[in-house]
Amino acid sequence: MHRTKVRVAEDALDANTTIAEANRHDFDHSDVRVVNLMSAPGAGKTTLLERVLDDLGDLRAGVLEGDVKGSFDADRLAQMHVPVTQLNTDPSFGGECHLDANMVRTAMPQLPLEDIDLLVIENVGNLVCPAEFKVGEDARAMICSVTEGEDKPLKYPLMFRTCELVVVNKIDLLPHLDFDLDALLANIEAVNPGAETMLVSAKTGEGTEVFSSWLQRVGARAPAAA
Amino acid sequence: MHELALSTAILETVMRHAKGRRVTQVDMTIGTMRQVVPDSLDFYFGVVTRGTLAEGAKLEQEIVPAELRCRDCSRNWNPDPDFPDFRCPGCIGSNIQVLAGTEFEVESINVHEPDADQAPAQDKEAECIAPR
Repeated sequence: MHRTKVRVAEDALDANTTIAEANRHDFDHSDVRVVNLMSAPGAGKTTLLERVLDDLGDLRAGVLEGDVKGSFDADRLAQMHVPVTQLNTDPSFGGECHLDANMVRTAMPQLPLEDIDLLVIENVGNLVCPAEFKVGEDARAMICSVTEGEDKPLKYPLMFRTCELVVVNKIDLLPHLDFDLDALLANIEAVNPGAETMLVSAKTGEGTEVFSSWLQRVGARAPAAA
Repeated sequence: MHELALSTAILETVMRHAKGRRVTQVDMTIGTMRQVVPDSLDFYFGVVTRGTLAEGAKLEQEIVPAELRCRDCSRNWNPDPDFPDFRCPGCIGSNIQVLAGTEFEVESINVHEPDADQAPAQDKEAECIAPR
């Protein structure tokens, strides 16, 4: 027995990236654009989708609902007349706190790709792990609600940097909070210069039409050559 | 925080290259922008390798500081880890290139190689050296 050093020189997430590219290829093949929607738990992903899913014009949307357990969000979205597919990380995927490319791959056969133009993947609520794992998306968007604190971009730069859009939600609560909105926007700009931001209240509907338009624009994008 | 998920990804990569051999050390390069807590990664790596051929393997982490470059004024700088501002401190421009700090690479692994005279079968893998 002797020791050998084996050179690897490989990103530890390469395997995930390879599967994500395969997913992307399949989505492109069906001419479906994909949004990976992320946020902390309770930021309002499902409520925002409830607001906008029937406000997308001719764009046919579907949702892949990622949760550790249960189908609470999928049950809510099922009222919206859009196809919703539930993907739980528990027990099949060890109760992971994020979706990865392989999990999305296993859900692929249940997705009605021929009947939709846009798939919104509602990731598991978490500001850390989902940022690391590509799933085959065209665009990454996140929600940051004003109850979370204006320092969040500085604490979770990996997440804020990876998203091209940051939706600031729950602005109806601003009069009741000691929250510095300008500081939040400045912190987003510092961490991810040029990132698009929008101010919405999923509860009252204020500003949500801007998010609807953004989804429509993503839906109209040409497939990016993988 | 996300070190458990990352440890699983490391183990998968290591096992693919170990090809059935016992692993005694894993050398990694990790950029500070990955927000990895070294002690936490060490801990979870120990957890996920239990019962595998990499059980007890040492995880060597070489930490690479973030380095940015402004494409407009060609300035290079290392951002403050506690206040990660990605705008150029010189011209406040945001046309930024990340030169270093996003690495999460398994560079190499140390394995136990059976000696040729005692292991006639299968193991010719010492040359599985991937060119960079």
